[in-house]
Amino acid sequence: MGGDHHFQASLSVERLTLARGQRTLFSNLSFEAAPGAFVELRGPNGVGKTTLLRAIAGFLRPASGRVAFAHIEEPALALHFLAHRDGLKAPLDARAHVRFWAGLLGGRSDAADTALARVGLHAIADLPARVLSQGQARRLSLARLLVAERPLWLLDEPASGLDTGGRALLAALIDEHRARGGVVIAAVHDDLGPGPTRAIELTP
Amino acid sequence: MSALYAVFRRELALAWSAGGGAIAPVGFFLGATTLLPLAIGADHELLRKAGPPLVWVAAALAALMTLERLFQADLEDGSLEQLFLCAAPLELIVLAKGAALWLAVGVPLALAGAPAAIALQAPTALIPLTVASLAVGMAGFIGVGLVGAAVSAGVRRGGVLIALIVLPFFAPLLIFGAGVADEVQAGGPFFLLSGCALGAVGLGPILAAAALRIQAG
Amino acid sequence: MIAFLANPQRFMALSAWATPLLGAIAVLLFAIGVPWALFVAPADYQQGESARIMFVHVPASWWALMIYAFMGVTSLVGLVWRHALADVAARAAAPIGATLAGLSLVTGSIWGAPTWGTWWEWDGRLTSMLVLFIVYLGYIALWAAIEDETKAARLAAILCLAGLVNLPIVHFSVTWWSTLHQPASVFRAGGPAIDRSMLWPLFVMALAYLALFGALLLCGMRAIIYRRRAQAAIARRARSA
Repeated sequence: MGGDHHFQASLSVERLTLARGQRTLFSNLSFEAAPGAFVELRGPNGVGKTTLLRAIAGFLRPASGRVAFAHIEEPALALHFLAHRDGLKAPLDARAHVRFWAGLLGGRSDAADTALARVGLHAIADLPARVLSQGQARRLSLARLLVAERPLWLLDEPASGLDTGGRALLAALIDEHRARGGVVIAAVHDDLGPGPTRAIELTP
Repeated sequence: MSALYAVFRRELALAWSAGGGAIAPVGFFLGATTLLPLAIGADHELLRKAGPPLVWVAAALAALMTLERLFQADLEDGSLEQLFLCAAPLELIVLAKGAALWLAVGVPLALAGAPAAIALQAPTALIPLTVASLAVGMAGFIGVGLVGAAVSAGVRRGGVLIALIVLPFFAPLLIFGAGVADEVQAGGPFFLLSGCALGAVGLGPILAAAALRIQAG
Repeated sequence: MIAFLANPQRFMALSAWATPLLGAIAVLLFAIGVPWALFVAPADYQQGESARIMFVHVPASWWALMIYAFMGVTSLVGLVWRHALADVAARAAAPIGATLAGLSLVTGSIWGAPTWGTWWEWDGRLTSMLVLFIVYLGYIALWAAIEDETKAARLAAILCLAGLVNLPIVHFSVTWWSTLHQPASVFRAGGPAIDRSMLWPLFVMALAYLALFGALLLCGMRAIIYRRRAQAAIARRARSA
């Protein structure tokens, strides 16, 4: 997985105000994430951590302010978005998922097996997602981060459902990604392991 | 290109693995076309007249069945967002999904139109035309169905809502589709049906993609 | 003009007196138009007194169509410029349009009974109006089914625009179909030109409908805005608890 490649992408959130319906979630949030940065988003449920990640991903338009990217041509093609839900289809097997992501997100399809091995699902790659445990399903969605090289990772509570081993894997993946200059922005409940370069406490 | 192919392949795999793909809608289609003669009587003359329109009504209703989960499943399980992160425009991704649905369900349904039309006393010479027009019509049904499915993707048990929304859009396709079987009008209706279907397949994905972007926002 | 009206406060202040004014104009126009249509205008020389239902039926049909076009415009404005008030206008117009389409269908059917000898004829215009009625119902149902109002507004706008493309095609296909299945009716293909003595009361009635639409539209928009404020207040209370 091209370990020598060094990402240069960075982003800055500039005076961002987000609203859900009529209600303002938070206003004038600013922060920067340079290559190698790991930004933790904290705060009570419903404060808008997920909404912030979705706004950075470009899925929704902010009420005001903007997200600026540097060394990125098309943000949608430079980011991975790992949502609460794993995005799995019950009847399809693990390998079919990883191959699909490789095709969809522009990764190499021969990376599929390497990615599955890395997240520890190689032995059960032919099992349908239906039978995977919560932790295994989460590991499978982590494999998505590996099949296509993208500098910006947006992770929404990535550790949920993971056991100790899974959390260690997640921490290692984040460390490796940062070592290559990748940016990680994660909404978290408790510490993921790697020390964040910046922790942002969102308040209403 | 590979993104579109990936979506197309996955949709096909999903259609054929979950719930047997075409089995439910085709079964419904055949069941409905069986019920209709039972209701209106086995009078051959009457069936010959009423047959082709009945086949079209049954096909339209069968097409409706496939729409409810089309985008709702993606919205619920979180895979919709992934479709925004690929190099292909969302409009084409939606078109690829529609094409897979057409191949998985639309084509088998059009083929099932042959035995249905025979049972309903349609002249044998018209069977190939019926199948061809059903295949074109299914493409049109799916094209407008994409819009209905996309705008109501967030609605739980939205099946009835989709039907209400989509049926007015089915009207022209149904009219020209059933008109194809009218021997007198051979040619004209098929041309008009194809035009309507082409419009639906062209415009449907654009509007559906716009709706999906709103759904994700 | 749109930007001026897009401010909700300004809209509420303006509509507070525009609503009763339009209502009064509607009452006045109906007070002129209804007696004129029912008693002053001559009876149709072919259809007799029954043709007077035209004065109810024709404006209802016109405005049922025009209101959908109006919704198309406001939907586009709401989608492109994100004017919240445009969404509110489209939403408030829909039940009025649906009612007028329903009125057009019922009066058309009543008119048809003595004229065609049947309560319902699959005539091109009546069938198109029936489809329009169903389109209205679908639009209203979509609004009702989606909880998030901003999403509902934008999704309903897309549906409305799709319907706008669809309706001429429906009209064409239904006309094609009805000429295939039955001979032309009395009302189509030029028909006997309407006498001027009937045209004037028809225009007055059409204007009365328009004024009534304006009053009801503003009423509906105000109701939606008030309901939003109430819901926002409830949500604030829930959060503060």
